[in-house]
Order: sequence, then structure tokens, then C-alpha cells
Amino acid sequence: MAEMWINMGPQHPMTHGLWNLRIKVDGETIVDAEPEIGYLHRGYEKIMEVREFQKNVVLTDRLCYVSSITWSHCYCLACEAAMDLDVPERGKYLRVVSNELQRIASHLMWLAAYGPDLGLLTALLWALRERELFLDLLQLITGARMNQNYPRIGGVRNDAPGDFEKYCAKVIGHFRKKLGEHEKVFEQSKLFQVRIDLRKLDPYDAYPEMDFQPAVEQEGDSYARYKVRVEEMKTSCDIILQALHKMPTGPYRVKPPRRIEGEGFRRTEDSRGEALFYVIGDGDDRPYRVKIRSPVFSNIAAAPLMMRGNKVADVVAIMGSIDVCVGEMDK
Amino acid sequence: MGIEGEVLAGLKDRFGEPSFRSLAIVRDRVVKIVIDRKDLVAVCTFLKSKFDMAHLSSIAAVDWRDHFESVYHLTSWSRNFMVQINAWIPHDDPHIDSVVPLWNGANVHEREAYDLMGIIYDGHPNLTRILLPKDFEFFPLRKDFPQEVDRQYVSRRKIGGG
Amino acid sequence: MTGALIDLFGWSYALASFLLWIGAQLLGLGNWISLQLGAPSPGPLEGMIGFVTGAPLTSLVAIILAINILLLWATAFHLLIVMWIERKMYSRLQDRRGIMLGLGSSEILRNTLGRIPLIGRPFRKASHLGTGFLQTVADGVKLFQKEVITPASADKWMFHAAPVMIAASTLFLFIAIPWSDGFWIMGSRLPNGDVVNPWGVLVILGAFSVAPLSILIAGWASNNKYTLLGGMRAAAQLMSYEIPMVLSIIALVVFAGTLDPFQLVRQQSAPLTFGLGPFGTVQIPWLPNWYIFNPILWIAFVVFFITVIAEAERIPFDIPEAEAELVEGWTTEYSGMRFGIVFGFKWLRAIAGAALIAILFLGGWSGPVFAQVWIPNIASPGNLWPIPILPQEFWFTLKIYAIFVVFVWIGWSVPRVRIDQILNIGWKRLLPLSLLAILLATLARGMGWF
Repeated sequence: MAEMWINMGPQHPMTHGLWNLRIKVDGETIVDAEPEIGYLHRGYEKIMEVREFQKNVVLTDRLCYVSSITWSHCYCLACEAAMDLDVPERGKYLRVVSNELQRIASHLMWLAAYGPDLGLLTALLWALRERELFLDLLQLITGARMNQNYPRIGGVRNDAPGDFEKYCAKVIGHFRKKLGEHEKVFEQSKLFQVRIDLRKLDPYDAYPEMDFQPAVEQEGDSYARYKVRVEEMKTSCDIILQALHKMPTGPYRVKPPRRIEGEGFRRTEDSRGEALFYVIGDGDDRPYRVKIRSPVFSNIAAAPLMMRGNKVADVVAIMGSIDVCVGEMDK
Repeated sequence: MGIEGEVLAGLKDRFGEPSFRSLAIVRDRVVKIVIDRKDLVAVCTFLKSKFDMAHLSSIAAVDWRDHFESVYHLTSWSRNFMVQINAWIPHDDPHIDSVVPLWNGANVHEREAYDLMGIIYDGHPNLTRILLPKDFEFFPLRKDFPQEVDRQYVSRRKIGGG
Repeated sequence: MTGALIDLFGWSYALASFLLWIGAQLLGLGNWISLQLGAPSPGPLEGMIGFVTGAPLTSLVAIILAINILLLWATAFHLLIVMWIERKMYSRLQDRRGIMLGLGSSEILRNTLGRIPLIGRPFRKASHLGTGFLQTVADGVKLFQKEVITPASADKWMFHAAPVMIAASTLFLFIAIPWSDGFWIMGSRLPNGDVVNPWGVLVILGAFSVAPLSILIAGWASNNKYTLLGGMRAAAQLMSYEIPMVLSIIALVVFAGTLDPFQLVRQQSAPLTFGLGPFGTVQIPWLPNWYIFNPILWIAFVVFFITVIAEAERIPFDIPEAEAELVEGWTTEYSGMRFGIVFGFKWLRAIAGAALIAILFLGGWSGPVFAQVWIPNIASPGNLWPIPILPQEFWFTLKIYAIFVVFVWIGWSVPRVRIDQILNIGWKRLLPLSLLAILLATLARGMGWF
């Protein structure tokens, strides 16, 4: 059979959204690949230039709808870096807790989507079943299940309810048991990335006070990425409990200045990799320029490299393990 | 002297003080340097070889109306510090050398900067539009590309601004 | 024919005789009218009446009726049940209830059957009664209403021929598979009452291997890259799994000495007996002599089970229609009832595979009948007709469903296997295993063991 190009997308079960991966196959083996993105480009960086700093949090929530808080959090950190603003201690801890809850919810969504990719629909239902518990926790603390709009420049929107720690401990205890089942289901199948955890290397908020081991795998294949995510979920559970335990009382938010003169950037460990916001203010109450660095956008660039020489079925496994979220990729 | 001072001293030694528009320590383990576009590849090569800047986090393009800036955020995992390089580009001649030979990951970031800001990266293997349609004629992130402010909820006082 | 509830040929013969008797009465009426109008005796239609009531035509009609009855039973009835079992079973694996469409969910049923006093009770209000059994019927009705789209660039004759080939070969499978001592089409009854079909298993295997060809045709004729890849995958996979499948049956034949499904089942209904070479034989009276209990044929059973899953394209081996990367593989371009055929007949192939496993290794339709009720036989007056409490058909159906549940269980708890891994399993694991089974079987047989 001669080589031929196959479109995987824009409407294809593999893509989890609207993008197109063109692969060139020789029989079952992939010779070349070429991602085509931009179907969901909404001009975030331009829109953010006409909105006030605080109001942009609503937008950054929608960058990735399964990982809203982590993105808004990164934006708030960048703005605070530009403003030289210090967040109260309790605000930092609340950010850590909400961040990690969101991270687990996002990873479970990834696990749910990864199951059908590999032909295992049961994993979808199981992971969504567990995700429901974490969405409930997020609803308890933020009031919403999606697009929570929780972090604020200078802190968080509201305090956690009084008995939040009790619910968290209950859910996490249940989840730790269930995660073992998920691992059993997935590790029946075995399918170079150096993983760096920015929470350790470039710590922000209350992460310096947390005691955790970042999840690292030496291999760079899909299986390693899977294991890293599962390990991260366990780490996140530990961090949530620690943060709730150590959380000080006091204010959780300060009033930020309205205008910024200057620039700032911060990186965070997003659910999918390294997120970076670069915010410039020119003395106005709106950003002069916002640059969003999306981990998926950068990873998708490596798609041809990862694809070559693999089988057609591997496309799904590899792209699934990157956890493509088109919202943040196309901005 | 921490890693920040070491980097600044190394850069001054190698290129001389006058070739930098500014050199500054932004915060702990973050250095910001402002250079002209002609020095970009030399500075990047030096940083990569001397300080093991293995990772290019992002490339941002900024339109300052009188000039463009191409902003590179470099990371060294082994030394654990970041360098932000702002390279000045004249507004009437938006060309700058590509850093794809140094960091393969720069490929999509430079394409994005070209797509949205119209800065041409000389030496890029495939400098085409990545997010916008292939036949799009404008560079929307430039300040002279109008925002449709009347159709959005924006800050009332600033509608005149553009 | 102890234990079989249904005597398919006897029943169809009676039914055919009855139908032809009605026809003969109508002809007789015409003949009578002609005689009244002055036609010479014995009337113009007398010869026709003789032909209609004669044995040759009655046998022909009886055979056609028998085929129709068996196919309706084996396909339409079991297809619905098996699809329902699968959907309920995997829903349970996924912590949900699955389809719950109740009998009263249909407004038409509510307004018609629901109005009938007493009988209409379950249809009167929307409930979960019936737990979704009608959903499959509704899906079928929906598929019938959908438009059949032929791609503009498709090879139209081959495109439409492929589902027909798949359907025909699968239905032929059910012609060859007997359901009990009395419920069969292919075979013949010996004077001593035993039924024989000496090449039955071979015919079934032959019919099984027609489908890869039609899948390849379907994939090629659709003129679509996904279908082409799917068709190629199907051809590669099914052909590489045919060989271990046949070889594992050879291991069985070395022991059983026959390819006759009836004979195989008769041998397996005896108590479990092991030959121990020079040490005589050991008999375990409370276990049947199923070949799965044989210490050597157990290997053949494992190989055969896996290959049947692959032949039926069930989930760990469903790469020809892997929906994640190939959308729906070779079925992508089919729509309407064309899709319904290629989709539904996958389950029928699974049923046929399960039936084959049951016949070869699990004792077929043999099982404890417990007791028989004797009632007067209408077809031959004066004789009594035994009605078994748990007939052979019951045991056979039960075994098929049990095997099918295992299929579903495996299918919904493991991820899909990649094409090269599938071929590796087929050629590097199953083929040597089946060869080992043959080797061990010949050795054991030659030495008089087991």
C-alpha cells in the first residue's frame, strides 16, 4: 500500500475538541504527522487588552474548562508579580487547596477521556464517578462546578466553609481506595520527557510550606505520562490535607491596585504542564499586553516527533496522554 | 553572589555593558535583559552553552507602537533560574533571527508570534500562520488593529482608547 | 430424542401438512364447482390435489418452514436478548443501570394495549417494567427508518453486496449449528434414533471464515481511508486467528475422533472418565465428560475461546472498527439498515461462537433433564409425547448466555489491543499453544492416557 495522508479531525473521536491531526501512514505505520490547530481561536490575548485586570479572571477561567482555577490562578499570580502585591497567608492556602482540587478533577477528566481512547469505556464512567466527588468539593468552596471564577488578584473570592476539612478528608479517603482500582484496570495495557514540577522548583503561594514529592518518571512514553498523572493525583491528595491542616486564620484577600505600571510574569504547574502568563501594564487599568503560554500548545509541536514510526492506534494513546485541551491550545 | 549576579556578570564579560539596553534582577532567580535584535542569537547561544538554559518557555511579541519587542523566557532546569530577554525590533522592519536552531520548541511559538503580531523570524523552517486562517490579511495583536469595543462590555472610561 | 423439547422436523411437517391441507381443501372446492358445471370426473384439479397433499411437496415446505423457524429463533429472538444482556451487563460494570425504557414508555402502547382491562396493566403508566428490553427493538425500528446513503465514489455493487454476504454466511452458520437432539436443520436421523452430521463442525468453521472476505470487500468498496484500514486490519486479524482456531479443534478431534456435533455432545454427556494408560481408568460419576475438564484439551479450550472472541470482533480485539482512531473502521460508510445488518450480525457471530464453544468443550445441550411429563401427541394420535422439565434447548441456551456474559465481562474490562500486539498474540502465543495441544493430545492418545 502506498503512503497516504489521513485526517484525524476536526471531527474525530480522537481529537477531544476541534483540531486536526494529519498523519501520513504507510500501511499501519506513521511516517509523518502534521497538527493543524486554530479552530477554536477566540483571540484571548486581544480581548484581555480591553478588560480591566480583575475582570479578566472570568476569561482565563474559560481557557480550559476542566482546569479553570489553575489558569485563573496563574493569571492572578502574574498580575500580582507586576503589581508587587502580597497575598495574605490564608488566601495562599485557599489557593493551594482549590488548585489541587481542580488538578485532581482535571486529571480524572483526562483519565475518563483516556479510557475510551484505548477502547475501555468502563474507565470513562468510573473516573467521572470519582470526579463528581471533587466537583462537589469545588462547589462547596467556590459555589460552582465549572468555570468557578474563584481566584482573585490579591487573594481568593471567598473563604472556605467551616467544615470543609471534614468533607475533604472523607472524599480523599474514599478516593485513595478507588484510585487503586483505576490503576488495576489501566495497567493491564502497556503502551522522553523529563518531568519538572514547578511547584518545587519555582514555588509560589503556600507551596514552599508543603511537604510533597513531585511525580517524576524517567521514561517519556505514554505509560510514563499516565503514571505521572496518577502519582500527581495522590500527591495532590496529600497537599490538600496538609494545606487544610496548616491553614492559618485571617484575611483571605487584599484589595489590589487598579492600575499597573510595569510588567510581570509567573509560571505555575498547570494540570497539563508549565503555564506562563506574561502581563504588561502601561499605567492603565487594563493590561497592555497579556501573553498566555499554554502547555498543550507547546506539546502539540512535538506531535510529529512522537508519532513517527508508531502505529495508527498509537496516535490516540499518545495524543490522549498529552491531554489535549483545545481551549487553552488555541487561546 | 547568587546565580542572578553570576549570569549578569557573565553576560557583561562576554558582550560588554554597552550592548545591553538594560540588565536587571526582577526577583529571586529571575533576570531580565533588554537587547537589540542583532545580538539575540549570540546571547541565546551563550546562555544556552554557559548556563544550560535547556528550556524555552515562551516567546511573546509586544507592540510598543514605536518598536516591537520579542520576549523570550528561558529556563535552566539544572541551575533553576530564568532569564527574560526582551529583544527590540524596529517597527518599520519587523525582522529578527529565529532561535529554532537552538530550541526546537521555539518553532510553534515563533509561528504564533508571526501569526498574531507579524514579526518575521528569519531562518524559521516553516513560518506560516498557525492559529488564524491561511488567507487572513492582518496581524490582530498589533495596536493598530481595532478592537470592536462597542460590541463588548469594557471599561467605560477607556472606550476612546482603542 | 430424550430431553429435546422441540422436534423441529416433526413440527414443521405437521405445520406444512396443515397448510397444504388448507390449500387442498380450496382446490377441492374448485374441483367440486367444476364437477357441478359438468366437467368429467374426477375433475380437472384432482391431479393438483394429489400433488399438493403428496409427500414430496410436504417435505419441501416442511424444510423451508423448519429453516425459517430455526433462523427466527436463533437470530431474531436471541439477537434481541443478547444485545439486551450486553447492554445491561456492561452498564452494571460501569456502576449504572443502563437502558431502562419501560413497557409503558411508548404512548402508542399506553393508548392501545393499556386500555385493555387486566392484561393492559403494565402498559398503563411509565415505569421501568421490562427494564429496557424494548430499547433494542426501538433501535432497530430507528435504523429501518434511516436513509441508506451510498457514497458517491463507492463501488456500488460490492458496497451493497458485502452486508448481504456477511448476513448470508452468518445465517448459514446457524443452519449448521444444532440446538438439541431434535432442534436442527443440518443432519440426518439414523434408524436407531441418533442424529448424525459427520462434517458439521467443519462446515461451521468454513462458514465462519467467509466473513473476513466480505469485511475486506466492504472496506475496499466504501472507498474511504478509514474503511480501507479497517478492512485490512480485519483481514489480517481474522486470517491470523483462523489458524490457531482450526488447530485447537484438531487437538480436540484427536481425542474425540469425530467432527460431528451430535456425536461430540453424546460423548460429553457420559460421566467424566480418564484413561490412565496401564493403570486402567478413573471415573468421576458426578461430573460430565466435558472436554474442558480434560487436562490437555484445556489448553485447546483457552486458545479456542480467545480466537472466538477475535473472530467475533469483540472488544479487546475490535481493532477493525476501533472507534477511537478509525471512527468506526470498515462500517464507517454504512447507514440505515445496512449498518444495522453489519452491526447486528456481529452479535450473531458472537452467539454462533458461543454455541460452538458450548458444543465442543462444554457438553453442548447435555444437562440434567430431571423429569418428563407425558402428554398425548396431537400429530400421531394414540402416542404419548414426553415434555422435559428442563429441556436440552434450555441447557444449550443457558450455556450460550453464560459464555456470552464472559465475553462481555472480558470485553468491557480490558482496553483494546494494538494491531501488532494482536498479530503477536495470534502468531507467537496462540499458534504455538495450539500446536502444543495437538502434540500433547497425540502423545496422550497414543499412550492411552486421559
